[in-house]
Amino acid sequence: MSSPILINLAYLVSAILFIFGIKMLGRAETARRGNLISGLGMLLAVLVTCLDQDIVRFEWIVAGMIIGATGGVITARRVAMTGMPELVALFNGFGGLASLLVGWAEVSPAKGALPVFTGTTVSLAIMIGGVTFTGSIYAWGKLSGKLGGKALTYPGQKAVNAIIALAILISAGFFIAGPRETANLALGAVIILSLLLGATAVMPIGGGDMPVVISLLNSCSGLAAATAGFVIANNVLIVAGCLVGASGLILTIIMCKAMNRDLLNVLFAGFGSTSSAGAPSEGELKPITIEDAYYVLEAAREVVVIPGYGMAVAQAQHAVRELGDFLEANGAEVRYAIHPVAGRMPGHMNVLLAEADVPYEQLQEMDDVNPHMAAVDVAIVIGANDVVNPAATDDPSSPLYGMPIIEAHKAKTTFCLKRGKGTGFSGIENQLFLMPNTRMLYGDAKGTVSGLAGQFKESR
Amino acid sequence: MELVWMLFIFVLAAFLGFELITKVPSQLHTPLMSGSNAISGITIVGAMLAAGGDHPMAGWLGFAAVVLATLNVVGGYVVTDRMLAMFHKKGSKPPETRP
Repeated sequence: MSSPILINLAYLVSAILFIFGIKMLGRAETARRGNLISGLGMLLAVLVTCLDQDIVRFEWIVAGMIIGATGGVITARRVAMTGMPELVALFNGFGGLASLLVGWAEVSPAKGALPVFTGTTVSLAIMIGGVTFTGSIYAWGKLSGKLGGKALTYPGQKAVNAIIALAILISAGFFIAGPRETANLALGAVIILSLLLGATAVMPIGGGDMPVVISLLNSCSGLAAATAGFVIANNVLIVAGCLVGASGLILTIIMCKAMNRDLLNVLFAGFGSTSSAGAPSEGELKPITIEDAYYVLEAAREVVVIPGYGMAVAQAQHAVRELGDFLEANGAEVRYAIHPVAGRMPGHMNVLLAEADVPYEQLQEMDDVNPHMAAVDVAIVIGANDVVNPAATDDPSSPLYGMPIIEAHKAKTTFCLKRGKGTGFSGIENQLFLMPNTRMLYGDAKGTVSGLAGQFKESR
Repeated sequence: MELVWMLFIFVLAAFLGFELITKVPSQLHTPLMSGSNAISGITIVGAMLAAGGDHPMAGWLGFAAVVLATLNVVGGYVVTDRMLAMFHKKGSKPPETRP
């Protein structure tokens, strides 16, 4: 059998392994094995590529892999679970840039004039890869706090972005169909403008919308790989890239639904910087001391913990688990209600609580918890804000109106842990804090939760 | 014709991708994202072909692409595995995953 056929058959096996891998990643029992299987598919694809006759030297490949693998293993092992959103964004960006480079390498000067088809696919790979790269790096900067989490907007921002996008298309047109002498110039323009657009497009998107942005960039990194596959006419790139593109898009849609907003609104509205504050709310904030909160918790039979980004910031997940253990030892049933967009990436809270050894049966989704909320003795809201704001269900003038929430306000008592008296990411007043059965526990979430756990410890 | 074949594969793969994961429990959102992110590092195949070819310029670009794609692939799989190792049912202690 000739080697191209052998190689392509092996790629087919790789693609099948990816398909099974992704499928198994969607179920808790099989997820870990699924990841391993897709890893095997990758290993097979890499090994068999070494047999390709176009590869005449291996020194760059081996050197590159050693550097990349060392860096990858070290970063992946060192990262704290609280740093996961940044890391996912960063890896995403690397994938996008790699696809850009693969497209670019195909047209590097030695190869001469290009057919229109190759020119088009190269332009696409560079555009998508470039936007994915700088978009992800900008998101990484926002998530790690290096660039500040707030949405950055300025007048005419949408017009500026539209002009950049148009300029990319025009440059690509020149690159594909223009005179050969200007092709390199046009290609350079496509590369630089695509890189610019990635950053300027993510700029107006605020921290709370990051779950949407990260999953969308994830989808883009897949698409970039697929377009790179068109460039080098390689099926495994097309299939694997497209699978990732589709799965990322599904996740993006799930995130948008969880905020009751459509994708265009998330990408272009600059939420949190322009929206009105909704109806002014009445009532007052009623603080409670840790000691008094302890007495309420001690009597509680059913407790629901609702974590948000604030728990991640305070790194309070271990303290939360500890408190949960004490509550259970005290005879209460403890559950954790997770809103799909709580935190800065899809599933953020689940990862943190899993790190703190909370068994996953105790982690419940919004729709499963809400029907039982009225029977809950105490709901503890830890650093969550918009995802528990009752205005989303009953105040049509609120910008959050229509967003599905965890109905913490229906619990018999609600404790809200909060650092200070400010509003949440969206800048919207939270009516939950003003309700008659709500008590505020001010201070660092970790300190407060440890304090509560300490009270239980003393009383034993 | 080759273009048509590739589009054919692309479109079918897109439909397959949508069918594969219509309902994912939210606890798996992060691992699914980082695991599929690692798969998008498949572009490493293209990077190897560029880095191993005999064009000097393509070789340099390919080398950089190999480094980045390997980071994406290896880092992505390792971190996903680390995360998934932490998910466990009540009573079954997970294997030690902290470095």
